[in-house]
Amino acid sequence: MTRDEIAIAIKDIISQIAPDEDLGNLDPKVRLRDQIELDSMDFLDIVMELRKLYGVQVPEADYKELATLEGCANYLEAHLADKELHCASNA
Amino acid sequence: MRYDTLVIGAGFSGLAAGIRAAMFGRRVLVLERHYLWGGLNSFYKRKGRLFDTGLHALTNCGLRGAKGTPLGRLLRQLRIHPDQLQLLPQGYSELRLADLCLRFSNDPELWLENVTRAFRKQADRFLELHRTVGSLDIDRIEDPAASARAKVEAQLGDPELADVVLMAPTFYGSAREGDIDWDQFVMLYRAIFHDGLAQPEGGVRPLLQLFLNRLAECGGELRRKAGVERLLVRDGRVYGVRLEDGEEIEAEHVLSSAGWVETMGLLGPELGAAHLRPEDRATMTILETISVLDRPPKDIPGPNPLAAATVFFADEQRFAYGAPKDLCSATHGVLSVPSNFAAPASGPTAEPTLRATLMAHPEAWHTLPPERYGDEKQRWSERALDLVARLYGDPRPYEVYRDVFTPRTITKYTGHDRGAIYGSPTKHRGGATPFAGLYLIGADQGMAGIVGAGLSGATIVNLHVLNSEVA
Repeated sequence: MTRDEIAIAIKDIISQIAPDEDLGNLDPKVRLRDQIELDSMDFLDIVMELRKLYGVQVPEADYKELATLEGCANYLEAHLADKELHCASNA
Repeated sequence: MRYDTLVIGAGFSGLAAGIRAAMFGRRVLVLERHYLWGGLNSFYKRKGRLFDTGLHALTNCGLRGAKGTPLGRLLRQLRIHPDQLQLLPQGYSELRLADLCLRFSNDPELWLENVTRAFRKQADRFLELHRTVGSLDIDRIEDPAASARAKVEAQLGDPELADVVLMAPTFYGSAREGDIDWDQFVMLYRAIFHDGLAQPEGGVRPLLQLFLNRLAECGGELRRKAGVERLLVRDGRVYGVRLEDGEEIEAEHVLSSAGWVETMGLLGPELGAAHLRPEDRATMTILETISVLDRPPKDIPGPNPLAAATVFFADEQRFAYGAPKDLCSATHGVLSVPSNFAAPASGPTAEPTLRATLMAHPEAWHTLPPERYGDEKQRWSERALDLVARLYGDPRPYEVYRDVFTPRTITKYTGHDRGAIYGSPTKHRGGATPFAGLYLIGADQGMAGIVGAGLSGATIVNLHVLNSEVA
């Protein structure tokens, strides 16, 4: 997956968890939870969906790396380099 | 046959737990002893009519959306889109304590105005409490099992005002006599007085159907008429269940919504008895009388129109919550009038009903000799309607059908000890038991209400089932 595809993958996961949020204008540099309503339970679900869909394990100490979309791309780039993007909604 | 997760009971907590585990690929089986699902919030058929049990209302999400409310969190956990729930907001509800009648609606200002008008001297202290309860972080409430009455009385400095503040949350979820746990109070006070009340269109059945559909979609299985007779234990670890028909099913995790006392009972006398204390047995239960009417309750002639969606009443000087001295309390209870929520877009579909609930004695109903049972049931049903007649007008001339259920009925259909509607007074918030592989969900895990039940199932699965692979 490219960095852009990672952002798509994350947004797709969020749209599954929080279908009532508008994800159209997310700023990749701003913390996700400052732009949409995501609580700790939702955040944990992003991590769990990443594991379910792409087999990537994010240890708890690294959760903070996923705070922004850009952070997600930085952190997950290496982990997901050889993974194909597939959307949770079609899984 | 081996499963990852077995869930005992297909009520809201069990279904939510099943969905949550199945969503992440676990092999899940939900076992229900009854032929209908829903547990305490279910439905039944009499003479061709369907009746709901339990559910009066859900948190209102119509105005500002579900986001941030416990209901919104639950829907997200289960991936149920909020639009799938058609919520019909209440007009208003009433709280009656002796001669006091206070209305509240889904606009919190009405409640604040009415309470501060009735208790002018304590107005500032009350407003402060209302704000504080609204601002607490529900996941990090200190002192969750503390006495809400003690805290509320200390803040308000007026026991009667404390009664007013405690009454609705207590009626809607407390397993504790004369009191309610602090965390349950916070959750229920917020639901009732900050977020307001709404009714899912069509009552409890469409709501349960959403949960059932979701469970099936995730690959979870539900087996009905499958009562658990015994939990199977080896070296201190629960490894499965034996059903009443003798079949044994093994699993990595067993989640029980049966209640603490009931679950310990399933371990058998040699293992379970050590964990049973008399004070853990339930004390709160109800008698409910349901009148089907030929007109909406608000059109019944009488001293006041019955236009409230819900009425919390204590027809005495003080609110005294707990097992009554007699079979029922003739003074304490709740009325629910489904037709006083907004009508669905398609117009009202069901016949108008009035549900009157009285606090009942947990033990007395179960020990009543069979020859007296029918008469007592009838007598207390009449007492409940006498009270409705005095406050609002007599519904009896307009009744087309009536059904009554008692604590004994609740025990029969839900398996809950003493017909408990809110479980044991002692809560086990972490969901853990003395046995590895066995966890508690539902009322005895400590969350109140239907939304609380669902969150309980989801949270315990997150904590003990899904996290087990991270650890």
